[in-house]
Amino acid sequence: MDYLHDINAFLPGVIVALAGLVTITIDAYKNDHGSIYGLTVFSLLAGLILSVMDMFGPVGEAFTGMITYGGVSAFGSSVVLFGALFCVLISREYLSAIDHEYGEVYSLLLIATAGMLGLVSANNLIMIFIGIETMSICLYVLAGIIKGQKIGAEASLKYFLLGAFSTGFLLYGMALLYGATGSLYLTEIAEGASSDLLFIAGAALLLVGFFFKVSAVPFHMWTPDVYQGTPTTITAYMATASKSAAFVALLIVLSKMIPAETANWAGVIEVIAILTMVMGNLIAIVQDNIKRMLAYSSIAHAGYLLVGLAAGTPEGYSAVLFYLFAYTIMNIGAFGVVAYYERQQGLDFTDINNYVGLGFKKPLMGVLLSFFLFSLVGIPPFVGFVGKYLIFAAAINAGYIALAVILALASAASVYYYLRPMVYMYFKDPHKDVPLVRSGIVFRSTLVVLAALTLYFGIAFGDLHNLLSSFYTADWVTHLVGQ
Amino acid sequence: MISIDWFLALSALLFCVGMIGVLVRKNAIVIFMCVELMLNAVNLSLVSFSSHYGNVDGQILVFFALAVAAAEAVVGLAIIIAIFRNNLSVDINNVNLMRW
Repeated sequence: MDYLHDINAFLPGVIVALAGLVTITIDAYKNDHGSIYGLTVFSLLAGLILSVMDMFGPVGEAFTGMITYGGVSAFGSSVVLFGALFCVLISREYLSAIDHEYGEVYSLLLIATAGMLGLVSANNLIMIFIGIETMSICLYVLAGIIKGQKIGAEASLKYFLLGAFSTGFLLYGMALLYGATGSLYLTEIAEGASSDLLFIAGAALLLVGFFFKVSAVPFHMWTPDVYQGTPTTITAYMATASKSAAFVALLIVLSKMIPAETANWAGVIEVIAILTMVMGNLIAIVQDNIKRMLAYSSIAHAGYLLVGLAAGTPEGYSAVLFYLFAYTIMNIGAFGVVAYYERQQGLDFTDINNYVGLGFKKPLMGVLLSFFLFSLVGIPPFVGFVGKYLIFAAAINAGYIALAVILALASAASVYYYLRPMVYMYFKDPHKDVPLVRSGIVFRSTLVVLAALTLYFGIAFGDLHNLLSSFYTADWVTHLVGQ
Repeated sequence: MISIDWFLALSALLFCVGMIGVLVRKNAIVIFMCVELMLNAVNLSLVSFSSHYGNVDGQILVFFALAVAAAEAVVGLAIIIAIFRNNLSVDINNVNLMRW
């Protein structure tokens, strides 16, 4: 066995995991946030560059087939590392502004990221289990990282109990699939697939575990509470990196392991997708807390992504990958601007009613929030529109007309709650004058870069889309669609 | 030789006991114990499948499941202590700052 080749194939994960261990050691010996932060940013950036290069490289397996590299895995790693990097960049200023900058935050973020990298590269159920758990256990801690804050502890407890509960289902699903086929490798499970009860029950339980992690209705109940109680920049990390990782893993499981002929999985996902889109958008409309509103919006986005998975064609899968990237950019941006307002003293800036008149006081932040919210709605020059369009087209081409219509109607309903903060910011007079502290240069430029990316990939999306489509080669199409 | 069906039936039964416990009990620690019961019920399934097929993959997964359960216990009990400090109780009915 060639270990160097294997380690090289998983280099981003190795770098990030080592950096996590080193930062935790530095934190134990001297309380030096500057070097911890620097090392975190450096390792995430190195990992991101390596995995972006991997996307153009060969596809293969490493560690006796436990992980795959290149192609979809490399793209998933890039999205996860991109999300982690930008969340870390905006975290430092936010956490030190609220006086809760701990070195552990960066270590936990790095280790959770390493878990996600394992998850998106998984080719075996053991890898999926370890990846999901490494990620989740770190996130349970991060949710309650602010000591003595009641709402954080509550978010942490709810996340932990429901997350551990869902782990039980995930693991039982894996056990039954192992029992039905005698293997834990995804491809071997696909070969041994049958329509007997053991296999179907196993696949169903595994899907339940995944639906918990991606917060699909009716397994979404933890999402709003956890997103509201967690420090905002960490919420951005949960909403983007961890959700992208779980979705890429779900995509890999559905495309590699569960063949359509054993049962009508597309029908199951279709129903879940409809419920998720409708419920997420309807409940988001009545929210007054902007973090809760963004949490329900993230549930709604999970619904749009499930539409792409329900389509089950290479076109649908590449649309889902594109949407994950788009969703990561615009959601980190939106949470970042909310984090900027929220840390101001004097008013509770998680309440949308307090956003009145803010747009003209700090013009840059107002414009940035408008950019990200317009992109989340899916208005043309922004990347959110392209993502939604690709999923819509994939659903139509796969014959899911009803699903596509519901997607269009649901996103029309979402205009109301996304535009509400903007109406408050620009068209209403402030009732109380609160001085806004200026944001730091790193924080501001990070958000500006994100806004530029929403615009850039909204216009020049062709190259990325072609790259994603090329992951699903002609062989793959005949293998899965021709059956 | 006892047939594998008995092991699987016991495992399914234990899993259901754990699941019902999570759904009906109100004490955070008891809920957590029920979750552990679910995980260990699954471990029983994995071990019996593993011996049935005569390959060790399932037993390897059991090792990882045990390690994960231990890590979850560390984090979970710490979180429950944090909740106890705030509420002076671990009853989940009192954990109600956020709803809807």
